[in-house]
Amino acid sequence: MAQATLPLSETAAKPPRRYAGLAVPILIFGVFAMVPVLAQFGTESFLLSLVGRVMIFAIAALALDLLVGYGALVSFGHAAFIGIGAYAVGILSKHGVEEAMISLPVALAASALFAWLTGIVCLRTRGVYFIMITLAFGQMAFFTASSLAPYGGDDGLTIASRNTLFGVPLLENDRFFYYLIFTCMLGTYLLCRAIVNSRFGRVFRGAMENETRMATLGFEVYRFRLAAYVIAGAIGGMSGFLLANATEFVSPAYMSWQRSGELLIMVILGGIGTLNGAIVGTAAFLLLEEWLSGLTEHWKMIFGPFLVLMVLFLRGGLSGLADRIFGSRSRD
Amino acid sequence: MTEPVLQLDGLQKNFGGLRVTDNVTLEILPGELHALIGPNGAGKTTLISQISGLLPSDGGRIFFAGRDVTRLPPDLRAHMGLARSFQITSVLPGFTALENVALAVQAHSGSSYRFFANASKERALNEPAMAALAEVGLAARADVRAAHLSHGEKRALELAIALAMQPKLLLLDEPMAGTGREETERLVAVLRRLKGRFPMLLVEHDMTAVFALADRISVLIYGRILASGSPAEVRADPQVVTAYLGEEME
Repeated sequence: MAQATLPLSETAAKPPRRYAGLAVPILIFGVFAMVPVLAQFGTESFLLSLVGRVMIFAIAALALDLLVGYGALVSFGHAAFIGIGAYAVGILSKHGVEEAMISLPVALAASALFAWLTGIVCLRTRGVYFIMITLAFGQMAFFTASSLAPYGGDDGLTIASRNTLFGVPLLENDRFFYYLIFTCMLGTYLLCRAIVNSRFGRVFRGAMENETRMATLGFEVYRFRLAAYVIAGAIGGMSGFLLANATEFVSPAYMSWQRSGELLIMVILGGIGTLNGAIVGTAAFLLLEEWLSGLTEHWKMIFGPFLVLMVLFLRGGLSGLADRIFGSRSRD
Repeated sequence: MTEPVLQLDGLQKNFGGLRVTDNVTLEILPGELHALIGPNGAGKTTLISQISGLLPSDGGRIFFAGRDVTRLPPDLRAHMGLARSFQITSVLPGFTALENVALAVQAHSGSSYRFFANASKERALNEPAMAALAEVGLAARADVRAAHLSHGEKRALELAIALAMQPKLLLLDEPMAGTGREETERLVAVLRRLKGRFPMLLVEHDMTAVFALADRISVLIYGRILASGSPAEVRADPQVVTAYLGEEME
């Protein structure tokens, strides 16, 4: 059964469109950058805090998409990293340390350390076991925070004021803070994009496609996964640092398993393995939640079925839908 | 006397009560194309997996490039220059042909802990990868995703990946499996070109190809080496003829 080689037209049909991939991210970041300008004409502080919150969770969702979409590592404990980053800010603040140049590195280091220690164990497992064990570690962090009596325990911890930047209370300015979050999201996006296309990213993605092949090529995939897990954890910590400063409050609820689940839904809703989708999915999730909860008290009755329908009928999430409409690229 | 590249010494493997590899002793000399033949279920793929390190051995030893590698994990054996192709095509379907091979180049050149530079723009990866693709006749298909390649092209890609590892030994597990006649002929031509440049252990059912290519042949039956020698010796061996070749070679 001699199989004919594929006609060349199938491959030649895709001319190298060098800048085609840039349209969506430019649109996304353009909209976020314009929000403060437009917000002047409305309820500015409300809009800035709402969209700021979207961007904070988008940062965590980007890191999660790096794991899920490019490594098939479905982490069900991602909220723990946010919580650890937030608690770093809260605990330091309680002891009088309110400088971002101290609390941010501590938040990053603490969440990276947690990712490293738990990753050593979690990454020995696969599939459903990986989901369960990351969930277990997430819950462990949750209950640890709940039992931190000196730092508010179950009730959480109120932060006296936002962190200072080089001793100046810049974060108190809502616009400045908004653009700080924006910069962090842009930086995270560019970092994740670079990682995906780098040598490291190739190995990480290859391990998702065919682990045995990667081993016979000479790669110990476990180490690459651990490195990616630590990076994703640290990014989660950054998101937590921003969240604590945005709400001026930290609570164990930040690391509940529901929150981890929501992050996964955001990524899936936007379309996994696209990075653009993580941002769009987070925005869709949080804005819809905000809108529906304003409409009716029983908003979860609408929101739940809506999510189920989205997952059922929107293969590839919102970015998959965008691809189909604009025909920007074929997925297979 | 030349040192063998690969030496198996009384290798064993049991699956439960079943002895799949039974006291196999085998040597592969530099530059040699050594074919391993035998009926289905004789344990050929198991043996290849033991050599490449994907399956642990229950007894005996494996020496590769002068080192005892019996307990070494597969990634370290690969680093030493042991490359294998799979009987069931095992490429990265979402990667292009070029990316598949570039990854093999990357495995053996420089660090893979580079997080920022775009790997697809690295000439140090792409040029050797293109050379390996050209070697197997896939240069024109470099930018096609592996999932979209024809079966024969995937088999050729497997070969290119193995070549890009700059191997000291190629383990080829049925490189012609499932290919049509034309494609088999193309692959045989590729192997003939590679012969002498790399020592190869070739597992293959296509007897025409085996007898055309091999310097030496070993016959594996029920996990045991029944005979080993030049193609002419093996063909004349009455035991082999009864057990395996039978009327196929008449």
